Amino acid sequence: MARDSVGKTFVVAIVLAAFCSLLVSGAAIGLRSKQEANKVRDRKKNILVVAGLHDAQTPVEEAFQQVEVRIVDIDSGEFVAGDRFDPETFDQRAAAKDPELSVTIPAAKDLAGIGRREKYSLVYLVKKDGELDQVILPIDGKGLWSTLYGFLALGDDLNTVRGITWYEHAETPGLGGEIDNPLWKAQWDGKKLYDPQGNYKFQIVKGQAAQSGPEADYQIDGLSGATLTANGVANLVQYWLGEDGFKKMLERLKTEGV
Amino acid sequence: MAEPKIKELMWEPIFNRNPVTLGVLGICSALAVTGKMQTAFVMTICVTVVLACSSFAISLIRNQIPSSVRIGAQITIIATMVIVVAQVLEAYLFDISKQLSVYVGLIITNCIVMGRAEAFAMKNGPAASILDGIGHGLGYGMVLLVVAFFRELFGSGTLFGFEVLQPVTQGGWYVSNGLMVLPPSAFFLITFLIWAIRTWKPDQVEKD
Repeated sequence: MARDSVGKTFVVAIVLAAFCSLLVSGAAIGLRSKQEANKVRDRKKNILVVAGLHDAQTPVEEAFQQVEVRIVDIDSGEFVAGDRFDPETFDQRAAAKDPELSVTIPAAKDLAGIGRREKYSLVYLVKKDGELDQVILPIDGKGLWSTLYGFLALGDDLNTVRGITWYEHAETPGLGGEIDNPLWKAQWDGKKLYDPQGNYKFQIVKGQAAQSGPEADYQIDGLSGATLTANGVANLVQYWLGEDGFKKMLERLKTEGV
Repeated sequence: MAEPKIKELMWEPIFNRNPVTLGVLGICSALAVTGKMQTAFVMTICVTVVLACSSFAISLIRNQIPSSVRIGAQITIIATMVIVVAQVLEAYLFDISKQLSVYVGLIITNCIVMGRAEAFAMKNGPAASILDGIGHGLGYGMVLLVVAFFRELFGSGTLFGFEVLQPVTQGGWYVSNGLMVLPPSAFFLITFLIWAIRTWKPDQVEKD
């Protein structure tokens, strides 16, 4: 067949396409288990970091033994029995998109800008001497450009922040990306989210947060040059800690214990 | 005869026929991944590997590819190489692949890769094509690294993540340059680089 004949053109195109798709699918399938393991380990590492349990020497899997994974029904605040979903394999991201497993958030209430919210969420409990020490909540919502995914750790009073971290976002490095700055994240430590009456009170303020007085416990500094990302963070935390989010579960844990 | 050719193929694209500063190709990714030295470095390696492999593969079958579908055939090969590289990164260098995020995939649209396939690999043998690919990858990488050096140093006060100028956000004295962390700053730096190279080698100046 001549090089530019119709037949040859078809043969070359088909053979090339078939060969290339074999290569691509081979790489995708061959490396999938390793990639999945990386993602799971990365998420676990972030949970350990936010709980202050991470150190470079201890392998992630071993340190993660201290963390108890539960699934909560966000509407009722009750934990879901272990036989309904397996916490090891429960895919929360997929659940948030699944019409069966998620609800539409009315626009007026959608502070986090996520549109749909999963009905069931993973939560992570850290116990010390049999008593609840920390609760780690997965949080997500819109920043300026991207959806931020992170974890928020609360202390045993279920009100004081113990840490916050982001494991996925695409904000501008140096501006919105400063939400990853350890010094900024350290400000969250020890702040309270609800006032004594149980109303959400936490704020990220423009300029300098109050250093003393009644407000100091509820405020942190904003990020200069990243007002919109900081607003996104404030809104999404408020959403997830509000009536629509984990508030029911936190109140239940407060009165009933784990 | 072989000796000077190797040197020429590898060395020429770095200063004399640099794809970015002379051809003004690949600017889009040069803006995107030059905020940090580390990402720029990994991107350099990825582009060089993709360029070398795709030029080699295209050169091998250059006499079989019908000219009516040659662009499609080239892009198929390039896309395959890029996807394989992205998958390998995700499996073995997870943290870096997280930082590079979508930009690895965008190597497919890097005009340098396709440009070399069409201009060189379709007309030359596999060995020469590999060298040409590596040379152009390094030429592109040279620009990335120079731009990233200035952007990371003045934008974040670090080099390869190590603190050089302690910025005020970390309790130091250096007020970091906000423009440098944003992609458009690479336009200015690349322009300065083109100016410098064309002053050094006036024969690259375009005649009007």
